[in-house]
Amino acid sequence: MTYILSALGLAALAVLPMLFGDYGTGMLVGLAGYVTLATSWAMFSGPTRYISLATVAFFGVGAYTVAVLNEVLPYPLVLLAAAGIGATMALLVGLSTLRLAGIYFVIFTFGLAELVRQLITWFEVNVTGTLGRYIFLDLEAKHIYWQLLALGAATLALSAWIRRSRLGLALRVIGDDETVAAHSGINLARTKLVLFVASSTIITLVGAIQAPRWVYVEPSIVFNPTVSFLTVIMALLGGATRLWGPLFGAVPLFLLFEWLSARFPDHFSILLGLMFMAVVYALPDGVLAALEKFRRKGNGNSATKPAKEANA
Amino acid sequence: MSVLLETQGLTKRFGGLTAVNGVSLTVKRGEVLGLLGPNGSGKTTLMNLISGALKSSEGALLINGKDMTGAPPHRIAKSGVARTFQLVKILPSLTLEENVMVPAAFGPDRLWGKALKAQVAECLAMVGLNARAGQQASELTYIDQKRLELARALASAPKLLLLDEWLAGLNPTELHEGIRLIRELEQTGITIIMVEHIMDAVRALCPRCAVMNSGTLIADGPTDQVLSDPHVVAAYLGEEDA
Repeated sequence: MTYILSALGLAALAVLPMLFGDYGTGMLVGLAGYVTLATSWAMFSGPTRYISLATVAFFGVGAYTVAVLNEVLPYPLVLLAAAGIGATMALLVGLSTLRLAGIYFVIFTFGLAELVRQLITWFEVNVTGTLGRYIFLDLEAKHIYWQLLALGAATLALSAWIRRSRLGLALRVIGDDETVAAHSGINLARTKLVLFVASSTIITLVGAIQAPRWVYVEPSIVFNPTVSFLTVIMALLGGATRLWGPLFGAVPLFLLFEWLSARFPDHFSILLGLMFMAVVYALPDGVLAALEKFRRKGNGNSATKPAKEANA
Repeated sequence: MSVLLETQGLTKRFGGLTAVNGVSLTVKRGEVLGLLGPNGSGKTTLMNLISGALKSSEGALLINGKDMTGAPPHRIAKSGVARTFQLVKILPSLTLEENVMVPAAFGPDRLWGKALKAQVAECLAMVGLNARAGQQASELTYIDQKRLELARALASAPKLLLLDEWLAGLNPTELHEGIRLIRELEQTGITIIMVEHIMDAVRALCPRCAVMNSGTLIADGPTDQVLSDPHVVAAYLGEEDA
């Protein structure tokens, strides 16, 4: 039943570009991109509570891989190469940083995006001598949207599977108490690494798939730190520990940010920062958790079911 | 009886301080050993060395005949060692059932599905928490948290159970109940090392005792004998009063 409903929902989403014009389809690309980013971000950061600001580091590497390889390799191989590079980078970063706790991890991941950007800039200026590249791929907005839709659906399916698996339980235990996790037989380093690599690979692919939208690509465009912050705030708004939380956060916030950036282009960053603080203070567990709490209060003490749903 | 745990000259230094100094201890399968000593004598550090929370500076650790020196805690847990913590550690955002599930799912037997459910139910029933399986662990009182921690430690069906002052902080009724619980465990043939300050509990539960003082083992033998050993009395009361 769930499968049939999911297939129908996916089919309905897939025909949307036929109903909207070019502008609408462009919005859909952005929406699908951010839903996928937020969902894959939450796959690792939700249960473990490791707040990663490295999203744009992987996203940008994905986009840049396409920029470099789009005239050399056939498109499917370019995507495969991007996924491979993203996974390798995540493995190296994970091995060196997942021992860091709390705020140190946050700072490292933020620095990572800047480091990668500077490295690529340096390489392009000093070695290849071409800062800025063009992407000539015969892909329309709707093609990009379909790819993102497929990737987003696959990400949600993977998240749902992880939550029901041993791996998902291990992650929740790590989020609660790493000492107990280790003494219960959970290999902390390996568990975190597996998830970090999976999540980062998906993020890299989002960057790779979205890259043709830019046509012209340079490091300052694809390594824009706003992408990292938007991803975090979307996932947190919806609820990073829930399967559908990031989606519920990403959709309204994306639309809101589109409107804000068109209406107040000069004050956009300030508004983003204010919203970030508001979400963290007012809704630490996300909208879905707050709604549930509200509903439980409304139902009085007779409601014992929501506790079960909280884990769904 | 075969040997389950053997430490050979286990030593742990923190900078200039030697917290555990050349401790050699052998525990046979099915034994219940009380680990005594004044505060700061290195009991908890020794427990941390055995469970892998700390790596020894010197010496060897053998569990079930296998060399586990320097092994990480998850490997030691997988080899059949479970522990409770001096300051009770539950998983607050998980339900009681999920708390107990963890070591059963990741321990030596890696249970899942029906077998896991059955094991969890049995362990919760053993400590009398089965009726509250779906409740969130953060809602428990102190004694129930201790119960839950014990149920969780048992869930991996460990060969060796390390109890670090599990009876501390209980009122007389709860203490009585706690002693009864551990005695029930003893009947199952499990091997236990318990750090304990409550002498009545030690006398009731541990046929054998080892005593530490400033990091070294100063006595090891039948409980009656050890407790009347002048060195042990001196360690607890100070030389002059002894």
